[in-house]
Amino acid sequence: MRTAALAQARYAPAALGTLSIIVLIGLIELLIRIGMINRFIVPLPSQILAAFPQVIMEEDVLQRFLLTAAEAFSASILVTVFGVAGGVLLHRYRLLRLATETWVAAVAAAPLVLMYPLYLVIFGRSALTIVMMGFTAGLAPVILKTLEGLSGTRRVLINVGRSFNLTGSQQFWKILFPAALPTIFVGLRLGLIFALINIVGVEFLINFGGLGQLINELAERYDLPGTYAAICFVILVSVCVFVVMERLERWLRPAD
Amino acid sequence: MSQAPAAEAILVVDDIIKRFETPDGVLTAVDRVSFGVMPGEFVGVIGPSGCGKSTLFNVIGGLLDGYEGNVLVAGERVRGPHPAIGMIFQEESTFPWRNVLDNVAFPLEIAGIAKGERYDRARHFVRLVGLDGFERRYPAELSGGMRQRVSMARTLAAQPKILLMDEPFAALDEQTRLLLGDKVLQIQQELKQTTLLITHNITEAVQLSDRIVVMTYRPGRIKRMIDITLPRPRSSEIVSSEAFGRFVAQIWNDLREEATRGLAEQEHHLLEVPAR
Repeated sequence: MRTAALAQARYAPAALGTLSIIVLIGLIELLIRIGMINRFIVPLPSQILAAFPQVIMEEDVLQRFLLTAAEAFSASILVTVFGVAGGVLLHRYRLLRLATETWVAAVAAAPLVLMYPLYLVIFGRSALTIVMMGFTAGLAPVILKTLEGLSGTRRVLINVGRSFNLTGSQQFWKILFPAALPTIFVGLRLGLIFALINIVGVEFLINFGGLGQLINELAERYDLPGTYAAICFVILVSVCVFVVMERLERWLRPAD
Repeated sequence: MSQAPAAEAILVVDDIIKRFETPDGVLTAVDRVSFGVMPGEFVGVIGPSGCGKSTLFNVIGGLLDGYEGNVLVAGERVRGPHPAIGMIFQEESTFPWRNVLDNVAFPLEIAGIAKGERYDRARHFVRLVGLDGFERRYPAELSGGMRQRVSMARTLAAQPKILLMDEPFAALDEQTRLLLGDKVLQIQQELKQTTLLITHNITEAVQLSDRIVVMTYRPGRIKRMIDITLPRPRSSEIVSSEAFGRFVAQIWNDLREEATRGLAEQEHHLLEVPAR
């Protein structure tokens, strides 16, 4: 009886979430069918479902999915490495922080996607442009959140390290970094969202590569069910990136 | 009035003066404080809020520089944190990302002791503070008193010659505080640990100490030293004895004047701040 209750408690949120999505999709289907939503703007969910085989078989979606996923993972790695390193540098060197923090914050809020023509000139019409656009868009939040996490480390934890005569490197790796990890992961989540939006956005804009290009082509053909089916694959890329992120976080932060 | 430190003391605090620059001018937090702590002795430092107790804790622990005078450990003049001094802080200081065993093993890890040996040694100190069975729990799963015991075990695992504690039970309720006092007494008796306890709690100071240094309100000076002649081994049961009550009354007599002065000064200072 108790086991059944535990199992119910464990699976209830996932079941409720799935049920909510099914109800929402059903509601949209109904609203479109009774004419409350224009079916020339939003296709029927059943039509989107039916478009999946066509998108998979005829539009080479697997290859495009892998390309977009590879771009997203490449940008994620760059954002993580350079973003965290940037935050550490800004924390370490006060002058650098005072000189650049406002600029980094301004960059975080800027619509960087508008810089894509410049990137096209620098990197050419290639996957590198897309990866660099994703990297640029995701960098600032990771830098800022890393800085915030490191600066927010409780004084008493630093003093514990000092009382044990830790070296500078030990103080960083054993205390500052693990203490800052929760905030760093908030930054990574934000950064990766920005990166993914920009990757798909630039693929769409420059009509190159992965799922963004496919969405562009299907939209040009006014194949709305196909367009929405392709958008579902973008969501799948996002899910993959976040699953990897979650695994990494669980490994680095077993206490949570 | 400062008192000359004993020559054979393991910890000597010699004529310490610490001043701070404040917007209102120079503030002398600690003024000519001198005392010694003998090996195996438990000394309590008590005083009202603002008497410079925490400043003294930071000076002795090597976390604060820019003071006059000397701190000597076994005759060696120290500046900065010293491996012979283990510190337990007032604020919760366990590492939330490490479980109990890894928290306690921390100083052994820093010392480069092999994993197997350091866990064996850490388990001993976990048992010593009465947390066996909780080795794999994380601080977030423990009560405030248990977390403070983890901090204590972590500091003891480094096997410091001198244990320096800054109001370690300040955030706990009175009953937990008394029971943890028992645990400290038991550990002190088992390890013969030289301990310096900074506190504002008279009951705690009398329950635990062999000797109490009573400090004045700002600037922090030594007002009196009192030998606590209560028999050892002690437990929290001693708080109901007549002799315990006499010591508490004696210390309160010394502290009341200082605490009243401190309160009046703080209220006066608040009056000077314009009302919103």
